[in-house]
Amino acid sequence: MELLVASAIGILTAGGLYLLLRLRTFPVILGISLLTYAVNVFLFASGRLTTAAPPILRDDISLYADPLPQALVLTAIVISFGMTAVVVMIGLGAFLGSDDDHVDDQPAPDEDKAEGTS
Amino acid sequence: MTHWLIVPVILPALLAPFIVLAARYHIGIQRAFSVVGVLALVALTAGLAVATSDGTVLLYQLGDWAAPFGIVLVGDRLSTMMVLLTTVLALFVLLYAIGSGWDDRGRHFHALFQFQLMGIIGAFLTGDLFNLFVFFEVLLIASYGLMIHAGGNARMKAGLQYVLFNLIGSTLFLFALGAIYAETGTLNMADLAQRVTLITPEETVGIRVAAVLLLLVFAIKAALVPLHFWLPSSYAEAPAPVAALFAIMTKVGAYAIIRVYTMVFPPDLEVTSGLHDVWLLPAALVSLAIGMTGVLAAKKLDRLVAFSVIGSMGMVMVAISLFTPQSIAAALYYIVHSTLAGATLFLISDLVRTGRANLELTPQPAISGNALTAALFFVGAIAMAGLPPLSGFLGKLLVLDAGYNSDKMVWIWAVVLISSLVSIVGFSRAGSILFWKAHSVEPTGQTFQRPAALSYVAVGGLIAMLIAHTVFAGKVHGYTTTMAAQLFAPEPYISTVVDTPGKLSKPKTEEK
Repeated sequence: MELLVASAIGILTAGGLYLLLRLRTFPVILGISLLTYAVNVFLFASGRLTTAAPPILRDDISLYADPLPQALVLTAIVISFGMTAVVVMIGLGAFLGSDDDHVDDQPAPDEDKAEGTS
Repeated sequence: MTHWLIVPVILPALLAPFIVLAARYHIGIQRAFSVVGVLALVALTAGLAVATSDGTVLLYQLGDWAAPFGIVLVGDRLSTMMVLLTTVLALFVLLYAIGSGWDDRGRHFHALFQFQLMGIIGAFLTGDLFNLFVFFEVLLIASYGLMIHAGGNARMKAGLQYVLFNLIGSTLFLFALGAIYAETGTLNMADLAQRVTLITPEETVGIRVAAVLLLLVFAIKAALVPLHFWLPSSYAEAPAPVAALFAIMTKVGAYAIIRVYTMVFPPDLEVTSGLHDVWLLPAALVSLAIGMTGVLAAKKLDRLVAFSVIGSMGMVMVAISLFTPQSIAAALYYIVHSTLAGATLFLISDLVRTGRANLELTPQPAISGNALTAALFFVGAIAMAGLPPLSGFLGKLLVLDAGYNSDKMVWIWAVVLISSLVSIVGFSRAGSILFWKAHSVEPTGQTFQRPAALSYVAVGGLIAMLIAHTVFAGKVHGYTTTMAAQLFAPEPYISTVVDTPGKLSKPKTEEK
């Protein structure tokens, strides 16, 4: 199980990093999603891997699952979900406004500037 | 247990939804509530700063759960001073946003502003690394909204880069937290400080990785070269009051580095030895050099100010990376100065922009209120470049003095002094093109409106704060010295957090 979880984290991270470097909005957002999945599994594994163990301490139980990483993962999932929604909306706005989905700055001089106009 | 410590987090958290729900169509009511809220925050945080000024450590346990398991807020000298700085800055920025009408050019400015304050204040007050992450996210998600306030294509594009960069930073932060938790089984900073010392030298691989990852995350926030690429375009394209408020956000990264790397991974800890002097100091010197070179090379005023922010963060990080009580005291003095000076310059760049077609550093007809704006720019540039008589000069002297006994003294002195000269040339070039050459250009007949009086009041207020920071430099530096002493003797902090009983510790004592 350790090998499976570890390689899953590694593959997700590698795929996420590759997509991040594509520098177009859609692959970059997909890459960030993959990275957040990787980090969620990583956080989950940081409390050590156990199977069929309760997350609550009782007197007669010696093997138990660490409940804290589960709570951390839940928080991380909620936050990354919200952030992905935000970045999709901003990315869509930037693409529809300038008809260009490059993430990095393009060398061509852009005419429209976001100065103080409303 | 005092409840006052959590009020600066709760108040904006309640005010923001109220502004959205009850006052969304009335800009006047929004402004009134926002200003009153920030004024109350200034009073509250000033009270907290006074309460901790004698060295007491305030602790607030949420739900009365004891420290390593419950969530805690901790206020010591450093965090209360940073919170006070945040609210004072926010007051002037808010006045400027109202005076210049920026808050009315898009929707929900005031609600996002309050959420931003909640995140920043929470990040300064939390005593727990995971809650530091959560408050980082709160302040970031509010800053995404503020960053693209009022819209526009260039701003949307810069906003997208900003959001993506910070999302990657957040993911990195989570990896670091996971690694720390896997190694130590705790994320409470005081508890961590005790447990990290228990790790034997043979088992330090995981914690070393975690410490470096954490440093990278905070360096992204502090815009340290080579992790600074998000800053110039996002600060330059953001609305000016927002950019001025963002001046405190880079300091959140600096604060986190000071906090974590004095308490959890102190400089004499074997696990992380070499991290500060081998890696952090050269990066800081390079950021100082690149930032000030950027000031000279910038073609637009807003980029120039953004690069000067990078340069002054480099100066702060040079002082931090020496990690002696003397250098931390100098860094804290410079942090206050750099926040105020950066914010002032961003606001002045907006004063210039109101009277011109764009911010490019080319001769254009004189702006309305040319003389007054030029004078303000002159003062702001003197402060940022670090010329006497303002606090930038004193801060730089303190940093140089702290670096005098270091074995890299030649490098520190050379880079600091040469980059100062470069930034002086850069600022004087920009000022003379913007304000003096304007008189030789024929007016085009295009009329621009004059900035409102309230805008000048806000900028003048920030400059008054800078002057006060200079006049009372002895007192402020004395206070930052006691602050650094408290940071380098963290035992009272740790014992306050870990040993204060709460809900969970009661049954344990009964059993005994």
